Amino acid sequence: MQYLVSVIDDKTGSATPDELAAINAFNDRLEAEGHWVFAGGLADPGTATVIDNRGGRAMVTDGPFLESKEYLAGFWVIRAPDLDAALELAAEGSERCNRRVEVRPFLGG
Amino acid sequence: MSAIDAADAVTRAHHEEWARMVAHLARRFGDLDIAEEAAAEAFATAVERWPADGVPPNPGAWLATTANRKAIDRIRREGKRDDKHREARTVYDDDPSEPPGVIDDERLRLIFTCCHPALAMETRVALTLRMVGGLTVPEIARAFLVAEGAMGQRITRAKAKIKAARIPYRVPSAADLPARVSGVLAVLFLVFNEGYLATGPDTGPVRHDLTGEAIRLTRLLRALVPDDGEVAGLLALMLLTEARRTARVSASGELVALAEQDRGAWDAALIAEGHRLVRERLATGVAPGRYQILAAINAVHTSARDVRDTDWSQVLALYDQLARLDPSPIIALNRAIAVAELDGPEVALAIVDRLEDELAGYHPYHVTRADLLRRLGRGRQSRAAYDKAIDLAGNTAETAYLTRRRDQLG
Repeated sequence: MQYLVSVIDDKTGSATPDELAAINAFNDRLEAEGHWVFAGGLADPGTATVIDNRGGRAMVTDGPFLESKEYLAGFWVIRAPDLDAALELAAEGSERCNRRVEVRPFLGG
Repeated sequence: MSAIDAADAVTRAHHEEWARMVAHLARRFGDLDIAEEAAAEAFATAVERWPADGVPPNPGAWLATTANRKAIDRIRREGKRDDKHREARTVYDDDPSEPPGVIDDERLRLIFTCCHPALAMETRVALTLRMVGGLTVPEIARAFLVAEGAMGQRITRAKAKIKAARIPYRVPSAADLPARVSGVLAVLFLVFNEGYLATGPDTGPVRHDLTGEAIRLTRLLRALVPDDGEVAGLLALMLLTEARRTARVSASGELVALAEQDRGAWDAALIAEGHRLVRERLATGVAPGRYQILAAINAVHTSARDVRDTDWSQVLALYDQLARLDPSPIIALNRAIAVAELDGPEVALAIVDRLEDELAGYHPYHVTRADLLRRLGRGRQSRAAYDKAIDLAGNTAETAYLTRRRDQLG
């Protein structure tokens, strides 16, 4: 079963050096224990570009598709046997990166 | 076999077997939705067949076998439509269910799944009443004054989340158990309180269906985790509260305060059982949690044959103990009531007035103030406090009581 752990942020600026070190240590643990699938930090939402090619003519718009105070700052994709195990890992991730996280299962996980 | 006997047998089996059946089916088929539907269909079949065929010699086994078949039928039906269910088909067979008793912990798994912290509180309550309590969706909707469709959706969404997010079907690990049991107790206490002081202008003042169900489920939990002191404490608290139920509302539908209740009308058997549980917990010497302390407070009240015999210093000592555990303004308010009996209403009022910021929207705060002001002869202020309490109270019997008290002020 795979879960997306989204990091929710409302601050400007990315992780501090201390936070980064803690996140790296956590990532090592995820790999060592077989939970690691993928993870990454995202650049500021102001760097986003929206593209809509549903009509066959690509429309390009500057900025994120949703303007909000809180945004996705990064994510993990983890492998866990069930939600309890995923929540336990996510709780540690939240502590390490010092931000709130949302846990959501992949479809047909 | 009369139709009435058969109907009684179905009702009895429903009380005794529902949770066990749903729990076992959920374990076996790995799907709460299938478990719920198969159990419901088995009972519907019993309602149809037992009056004509007679009640089977072992109703539980008959129901379990019938429910198993219903579940397998549904999986076969869906398996034909949808290949994804093929894997599920590998787990079923026509074996009769395991003998009861061996699988008691399955009900415990079911309770922990329904009360999982990843579900919203109101969802946990609804799911527990449906899956463990066996109440129907319309019954639960009525109990919480929610439209039937909305309640059905809440339960459907919860089952979908449990499945999609893979909320596990198991008893939590020893490290997590105390916190998770306390989450289950919160659900049961909420069901009980809604029954005991029902809100809403169109409901009866006391909803015995809800208090009774909460007690039944707490008894079940106690049988499953007999060593947990807080489970015993909550059961004792519910029993000692329920014992006063009939004395608590007058013939004219007005709430009767504890001091004015006819203590001869209290249920002696429930009180004896509650006292026994409290004594058992005291004998263990283990530091009590909040439900055990609340139960002990109720044990002191129900030990007094006359309100004048109440051991208020004991009540106050217990509230002091509770306040150390939970320094909430609501505990402080209840503690002040004991202070009023020991040190007089003036001392108590000073304590109560300090709670205004936090409790201005909580009607018992105004009820307590109104009563203390009345005892101090400050009629005008008392009347204003009663007005506020009446505005905020949602229970019909309580509103009637408060209105009379206000109108009796000189």
